[in-house]
Amino acid sequence: MYKEICAKYAPNKDNLIYILHDIQDTHPQHYVSSEAVHEISEYLTLPENHIYGVLTFYSMYSTTPRGKNIIRLCESPPCYIKGSYNILRKLKTLLGVGVGETTKDGNFTLELCACLGVCGNAPVMMINDDVYGDLSEEKVEDIIDKIRGRN
Amino acid sequence: MKTLADLKKIREKAQEDMKLRGGNVRIKIVVGMGTSGIAMGAREVMKTFLEEIAARNLSDVLVTQTGEKGLSSMEPVVDLIEEGKPKVTYGNMNPDKVKKVVVEHIVNGRVVSDYAVATGD
Amino acid sequence: MSLKHIDLLICCGSGCISAGALKIKERFHEVLKKHHATNEVNIIETGCMGPCDFGPVMVIYPEGIFYKHVTPDDVEEIVSEHFIKGRPVTRLMLQEEEKTFAVKQDVPFYQKQIKVALENCGYINPESLDEYIATGGYEALGTVLTQKTPQDVVDEMKASGLRGRGGGGFPTYIKWQMVHDNKADQKYIICNADEGDPGAFMDRSLLEGDPHRILEGMMIGAYAMGASEGFFYIRAEYPLAIKRIKMAIAQAKDMGLMGENIFDSGFSFDAEVRTGAGAFVCGEETALIHSIEGERGNPTPKPPYPALQGLWGKPTVVNNVETFGNIPTIFRKGAKWFSSMGTEKSPGTKVFALTGDIKNTGLVEVPMGTTLRELIFDVGGGMIGDHKFKAVQLGGPSGGCLTVEHLDTGVDYESLKERGSMMGSGGVIVMNEEKCMVNVAKFFMDFCVEESCGKCSPCRIGLKQMLAILDRITSGYGREGDIEELQRLGESISKLSLCGLGQTAPNPVLSTIRYFRDEYEAHIRDRSCSTKVCKDLMHFQIDKDKCIGCSLCARNCPAHCITGSREEKYLIHQVECIKCGNCFDVCPVKAIDKVPGIHPDTVAHRAELSKAVNHYEDL
Repeated sequence: MYKEICAKYAPNKDNLIYILHDIQDTHPQHYVSSEAVHEISEYLTLPENHIYGVLTFYSMYSTTPRGKNIIRLCESPPCYIKGSYNILRKLKTLLGVGVGETTKDGNFTLELCACLGVCGNAPVMMINDDVYGDLSEEKVEDIIDKIRGRN
Repeated sequence: MKTLADLKKIREKAQEDMKLRGGNVRIKIVVGMGTSGIAMGAREVMKTFLEEIAARNLSDVLVTQTGEKGLSSMEPVVDLIEEGKPKVTYGNMNPDKVKKVVVEHIVNGRVVSDYAVATGD
Repeated sequence: MSLKHIDLLICCGSGCISAGALKIKERFHEVLKKHHATNEVNIIETGCMGPCDFGPVMVIYPEGIFYKHVTPDDVEEIVSEHFIKGRPVTRLMLQEEEKTFAVKQDVPFYQKQIKVALENCGYINPESLDEYIATGGYEALGTVLTQKTPQDVVDEMKASGLRGRGGGGFPTYIKWQMVHDNKADQKYIICNADEGDPGAFMDRSLLEGDPHRILEGMMIGAYAMGASEGFFYIRAEYPLAIKRIKMAIAQAKDMGLMGENIFDSGFSFDAEVRTGAGAFVCGEETALIHSIEGERGNPTPKPPYPALQGLWGKPTVVNNVETFGNIPTIFRKGAKWFSSMGTEKSPGTKVFALTGDIKNTGLVEVPMGTTLRELIFDVGGGMIGDHKFKAVQLGGPSGGCLTVEHLDTGVDYESLKERGSMMGSGGVIVMNEEKCMVNVAKFFMDFCVEESCGKCSPCRIGLKQMLAILDRITSGYGREGDIEELQRLGESISKLSLCGLGQTAPNPVLSTIRYFRDEYEAHIRDRSCSTKVCKDLMHFQIDKDKCIGCSLCARNCPAHCITGSREEKYLIHQVECIKCGNCFDVCPVKAIDKVPGIHPDTVAHRAELSKAVNHYEDL
């Protein structure tokens, strides 16, 4: 599988970030495994340590398996001022996990992230590619329920 | 596209498509669309205006709508607003009268006094 | 034949989408179909209209009616009343102090604004090249390519006085001139869209709302300096912006506005999109260049400046999104027109993102030199509720805070710098009297520690030390001399760090010390947080006179530290209290108060503990 993804890109070093994104997005557990790193290393003829260097530098990549849905709650000051800590508390109780952890059913991973740039509607979170704004505790419950229902 | 003239052509066409959002409007037609206006056929009147204007390619005429105008006995009522001229109000409109207003008033600039019920504010 | 007589512009910026704009759009399609009116209304998705707090918002032309806080349930009424009967729905209009603002231009939020970069944002369909052209798009590029030499373009930029909108305020023309003068076989131009400043979202809105404008600005720059290839470096957190700019590139290529021999001028240009992967430091130009090359986004020392040795060692200009956004208008309306706005040293307008405890959060564009008071109270509508204005943080984690005494300061690069703040990318975080400035400074420091790339030690180690000191101050263990230590560390980190991140990271701490020193002192000497934000420096107390003895607090206390009875009322045992605030939230008669300072019981307990520790150490 990893070979096919690599083959979509020219074997140049500047495609590394894209290959990593693609591999992570395609993997059902949203992470880059050591086998993947090995394949990329061969394909781009780059040492594995370079790939790990890049992989661990950027906060969006994960080297450990994650859930089906990645929740990224913004922890920046504008969201903090508007009460993101209450949202975090709510998410933790709703999901029964801490930050950086995945629910037992493998459905959700809870993460914090830097500014999502939707500060006018703080507090904000992103689930996969969708942004949810003006969050309240009730709204969060609603959103999580809906996603649970979808699966 | 190779020249500024090509760009200008595209721009003019695109501006025409965006004229509802302001721009180069010579005459504004305001159709009264209150309950009684609609009951008396204001929607037909507005549709006819839109059709006639599109058919004649009158790019500087804008059709819009407003609520009850308080002239129930003369519905459907239409205002023609032209910059620098007094507003003309037409009453008891129907599609045939619309066609005449478009030709006479909008194209040739002659107020159709037979249908006009008021001028000025 | 077109029967369309209404343009319905629905704001589909990320803010309004997060508030449900797409559902509303779907609903409009359904309801219009039901009323057989699909062919009468153009439904247009636009970029950000600005007032995110009112979202979802929409404007209906030809009247220009402005609706806010629209829900899917309102759609039926809008269609049947406004569209079919011509009676706008008053209850969805902005109503303030018993006045109703029907038309967009009358809404106070828009009154003091002058839109240059944001001109089309929220007015055109960002996915339509035709609509961009209708507003005069690509005219500047056409004129430049057919009538001006590259040096003319640089000169015009110089005359306009445009300064980089990304933060530093470096005159744009200097970068262009350097690369223009540099003879090389290959040059690159990069659009920096790695907007990461918490509280800033103008770059996202511009890319989402008017992508062709940014592309046109980039191409004019590329022509001036002789670059044939461009890159948009967009952070991966902005999927919609990435999609829109990719679409714009494809459309421009299709139309022949990009590619080989544009406007028959011999100038050829191609651009592609690169994305980040979550690293704030990549907003720094050398780090950004490394990231495009497929490396860790570590900054490198300057010189060599990217203008001499940038991407893949070639001369490169990195300009911010908003900078590019100003360029087409400068060339269409002239440098003179542009420099007639704003102040002498900071000409033009600036986009600000208003956030925090302010009524109208959102995106605004005002001339440079507009005072903070106008920005916060006139455009922003003032504070939410009855709260008082306390401070404003400008420039995100790199900037500094300003206070009430600065409200009449005109906002431009120099005047902000003089007062210990900075323009940054234009984030304006407004705070009310309930905010603890020490805590806010700690929060920003925490952000910078997290985002430090770790390459140079002043930033990596120094910031961590500053955070540790702030941590102990806010948890009640501050020491005499901590303030001076913070200042000493801050100043050395500013001087010694390699890149902008470290150089500016101490600013929030230094500026809060400068203007709110008494708060730091109260935290350290009195062990008290007057705003009751720092949990360790406040306590909860039950007012016996108000308590009705219902026991709700005791039953909700996870630490089991509230005891009492209906007769004796309830009491919090301070030493065990973990300050979760549950009791405060559940009390039906609001008998629980937050009190600044550490409770005497806790102080005594701590003294006892340290005695025990000392005793052991003596043994």
